[in-house]
Amino acid sequence: MKLTIDNIQIDVEPGTTILQAARKIGGKIVPPAMCWYSSLEGSGGKCRTCLVKVIKGSEKDPRPMAKLVPSCSTMVQDGMEVLNITSPEVMQARKAVVEFLLINHPLDCPICDQAGECDLQNLSYAHGLAETRYEEDRRTFEMIDIGDKIKLHMTRCILCYRCVYVADQLTPGRVHGVLNRSDASEIGTYISNVIDNEFSGNMIDVCPVGALTDKTFRFKSRVWFTNPFDAHRHCEKCKGEAVVWMAGKEILRVTGRKNAYGEVENFICNECRFEKKSVTDWVIEKPRKIQHSSVISQNHYENLAGNG
Amino acid sequence: MESLTNRSKVTGNKKMSFLEWIYLPAVVKGLYITIKHLFRKKATISYPEEKREFSPVYRGLHVLKRDDAGRERCTACGLCAVACPAEAITMVAAERKPGEEHLYREEKYAKVYEINMLRCIFCGDCEEACPEEAIFLTNRLVPSEYQRNDLIYCKDILLEPLDDAKRIDVSQRQTPAVKEFKKNKLLFHNK
Repeated sequence: MKLTIDNIQIDVEPGTTILQAARKIGGKIVPPAMCWYSSLEGSGGKCRTCLVKVIKGSEKDPRPMAKLVPSCSTMVQDGMEVLNITSPEVMQARKAVVEFLLINHPLDCPICDQAGECDLQNLSYAHGLAETRYEEDRRTFEMIDIGDKIKLHMTRCILCYRCVYVADQLTPGRVHGVLNRSDASEIGTYISNVIDNEFSGNMIDVCPVGALTDKTFRFKSRVWFTNPFDAHRHCEKCKGEAVVWMAGKEILRVTGRKNAYGEVENFICNECRFEKKSVTDWVIEKPRKIQHSSVISQNHYENLAGNG
Repeated sequence: MESLTNRSKVTGNKKMSFLEWIYLPAVVKGLYITIKHLFRKKATISYPEEKREFSPVYRGLHVLKRDDAGRERCTACGLCAVACPAEAITMVAAERKPGEEHLYREEKYAKVYEINMLRCIFCGDCEEACPEEAIFLTNRLVPSEYQRNDLIYCKDILLEPLDDAKRIDVSQRQTPAVKEFKKNKLLFHNK
């Protein structure tokens, strides 16, 4: 099926979404996604950051779609024409969506461990306003303890449901979920269940903001003071391929390997993530390539544009 | 040969006049300049008894500010350290414990905060990078020391004193836009 995104034509299989097709093209025309996750079935359609404009529905029905559509859950039709960054309407809508996402976000980036690799931070940097127009109090929640390895900051949550899908699809029994409705909805375990499944740590990796963070890394360092390395180890439970974040000779944090869109390639188990923090546990392969636009490459002049 | 520019001057051993020959007027003229300088305003001052007036935006010794309630503003976010071109700043963060709310503004604070004054180039990038209005450069000077170690300044020197009389005023360093922003007391940042 033929599809045109921002005047770039591409052939895709039936059943792909506009977002997947855009990722096939790559580059700047890929709509950002905060809730959709390629490896999680059913995700998407919640954050509305990936809205695009369809100016031609299909070859058979060339009428434009009446409203902006979420590209993560809209299937491609033959002859479809889509506008993303070339449409001022889409950019305006994206700006508004970012503003909505930030309404209740505490913007406590200086104390948040996710800062520096946060999708919402990047998104608001690219599309958001520099100041807030919101004067009311932001929603607050009582801190709840969801386990000894994962820290939940509900105030930072944007309700993308990714962690719920991870628990559903990776683990046999999900013990947490989104409670209540609308403004009061929050991630919780309800009956004070402690999340202790072997793959529960992946909730940290899929969280686009700092709502779920690693307790073993809490306030240890900042993302940009640590150096990421690809590493692997023999693990019975998972593939054992991860990224170790080192400061000097110390491993401060272990995460899954993320691709260019921030999605984990292979989910890792909690043993690899939380317990193997010694250099002798891992076979370190090579330094991880960091985009030079990332704050992690600050003060690393070898990563300047052109080198990587 | 014809000259290129016609600007060259022909010099010669012209015979000196009588006044020139006795040299006295030239000596008096020279002395006049010497004596004139004796009565001029001195270029130096006798520091430390006398102190030169600094610009309010002079970039001297840093201060770690507290907020109006006396809580430390710094949250050890590390942006000053990453902005520092001389890599003079290091810090260790810690989590605020229950009961320490009157000491630290947010749940994370700098347990250790060090600036190596030998490395610091007083560029003010840390001040500019700080999202919490915690670090400012002031118009105070960094004294010289005999030991290199004494120039690694920790929180005991950098932190603003709690005493109201000893507070360090940085309001003159803030731009009108910042002052306007600070008027909005609804924002957590300004509370």
